[in-house]
Amino acid sequence: MREIEYREAIREAVIEEMDKDKSVFLIGEDIGVYGGAFRAYKGLLEKYGTERVINTPISEIGIIGAGVGAALTGQRPITELMSIDFSTLAMDQIVNQAAKIRYMTGDSLNVPMVIRTQGGAGRGVAAQHSQSLEAWFYHVPGLKVVMPATSYDVKGLLKTAIRDDNPVIFLEHKMIYLLKGKVPEEEYTIPFGEADIKREGSDITLVAYSNMLFKSLEAAKELEKEGISCEVVDPRTLVPLDIDTIIDSVKKTGRLVVVTEACKRGSVASDISAKVNEKAFDWLDAPVKIVAGLNTPIPYNSTLEQASIPHTKDIVAAVKDII
Amino acid sequence: MAKLTKESKIKMLMDLITIRRFEERAIQMYAAGEFVGYLHPYVGMEAIAAGACAAIEEKDYIVSTHRGHGHCIAKGADINKMMAELLGKATGYCKGRGGSMHIADTELKMLGANGIVGGGIPISIGAGFGAKMRGKGEVVLCFFGDGASNNGVFHEALNMTAIFKLPVVYICENNLYAISMCSLDSVACEDIGKRACAYDIPGHIIEGSDPVEVYNTVKKAVKHARDGKGPSLVEAKTYRFYGHHPNDPAEYRTKEESEYYKKEKDPLINFKKAMIKEKVITKKEIEKMEKNIIEEIESAVDFAHKSPEPELAVFLEEVKRI
Repeated sequence: MREIEYREAIREAVIEEMDKDKSVFLIGEDIGVYGGAFRAYKGLLEKYGTERVINTPISEIGIIGAGVGAALTGQRPITELMSIDFSTLAMDQIVNQAAKIRYMTGDSLNVPMVIRTQGGAGRGVAAQHSQSLEAWFYHVPGLKVVMPATSYDVKGLLKTAIRDDNPVIFLEHKMIYLLKGKVPEEEYTIPFGEADIKREGSDITLVAYSNMLFKSLEAAKELEKEGISCEVVDPRTLVPLDIDTIIDSVKKTGRLVVVTEACKRGSVASDISAKVNEKAFDWLDAPVKIVAGLNTPIPYNSTLEQASIPHTKDIVAAVKDII
Repeated sequence: MAKLTKESKIKMLMDLITIRRFEERAIQMYAAGEFVGYLHPYVGMEAIAAGACAAIEEKDYIVSTHRGHGHCIAKGADINKMMAELLGKATGYCKGRGGSMHIADTELKMLGANGIVGGGIPISIGAGFGAKMRGKGEVVLCFFGDGASNNGVFHEALNMTAIFKLPVVYICENNLYAISMCSLDSVACEDIGKRACAYDIPGHIIEGSDPVEVYNTVKKAVKHARDGKGPSLVEAKTYRFYGHHPNDPAEYRTKEESEYYKKEKDPLINFKKAMIKEKVITKKEIEKMEKNIIEEIESAVDFAHKSPEPELAVFLEEVKRI
């Protein structure tokens, strides 16, 4: 099977959906000739023209508002925030408008829009460009939160996001864009709320998403050498969350480590841990462990930056702590 | 440019009366504790909604504010469903989920009142894009207040709609106060309408208590938009006769000022006089019209009272879906 870059998988998903449905359009900063900050939209301006590839001024409120308004009037916008760190500028449109309009109007209006964005550390771009803010959106009823790690997942999930009649926060990771992965030629979609067991195992469950998935798979490989068999579960979508697959795995293994790059305090990982505690306490042979980023703004200095986020060795250590 | 027909003028008068009586009835109900939360009466400002909505067609969109009952009514909203929504009933526009500030009607192209100051302004950009993409000549009226014109949303939206020549008409209802902050103190330029020059778009500064002047100006701006020339900014000078909400004594305003507007700038009093003078309608006919409207409103109140509360079980199911 061919292997393509994560960003190429994104591009393919967008092209397929834009060809299929003329109401789909793109709006964001530097998405025209520039092809998007991470070049996921290379060539799309040429293909679809300025009518459907709208390059905006630096106006995050305007971009998301444009998405909400266009969605309310029958279009299917894919809006882009260059960085999830910039979502702060558009928070009202995301949280008070997009997330709530369907509910507040008693289903009279709905907002079929995608907010594509990226986050994460590792690029040395410091505190205002490296955050993992999924917990903010996880916490807002009315938003779906999707965080694919692989090329295969990002393509299938983006297509589903575009077809969803509700607002979706589609959170990519800056360190994954150039990673290659197997993607079939044939068309496919991946439904929301379906976790993926990326590696089967029997001694301990690792739940990890986005960039931490790769670190967890590496940790699993290392631990295998020491005779510890890890099952790695990638939730893929945080809202809706496939808690059942996680619980089933925990019932099998009896131990759980949840891994997130975000800082531990108020993290999605903490919530997953709480859910497992509620639903599978009797199957746990050890307390749930969370491996997370430090409670700090991400530092600029590379050594410090790396120290702020979890690595394979931290995951290995956490597993050994409760095995 | 289309002149106002007799029918249109009578419709405008009906809207003015309906909005006034609806709001006054709502204020009574609110004072009696019949519903909770917020109520932001549009009393004194009716001419803007009535005149502006007379200048657009059914296919056009409106984006409203927290003080949005007037816009809803002028756009043709069902007052039964409005009243029911104020009372949080299952038969309300939003099935009781939204209340006064979030009324929307998808068929009427009413994209929602909004509880956030300026919340609808960025939405108007998108509605404008949608209209442009569909190519059916739709336009968007975006209502907002003097307070919102100072917020970042205003500047992003006017800039974006200007550069993309989107068919949006921005209508600032300058009632001089954002709760207690006087716009003379909060706005950096003399008139909000002058802000149009910052975006190189047409700006109009008009008397908001005259529905005909509002109609004529908005009509011009709507044509500009339909012709693909982009957005305009209309500042309609107006005044709210009540405080920000009914329990606000509005001590930040002088008695002289309030009295002046109620006496000299009441859209209803002035328009009724004008219509009688122009022989469009007689005093007796107005009285009959008013009587009918009051009956319709009472009927809406009755409908609301008799309507069921939303079912808890339905709500709990909904919650699972969210």
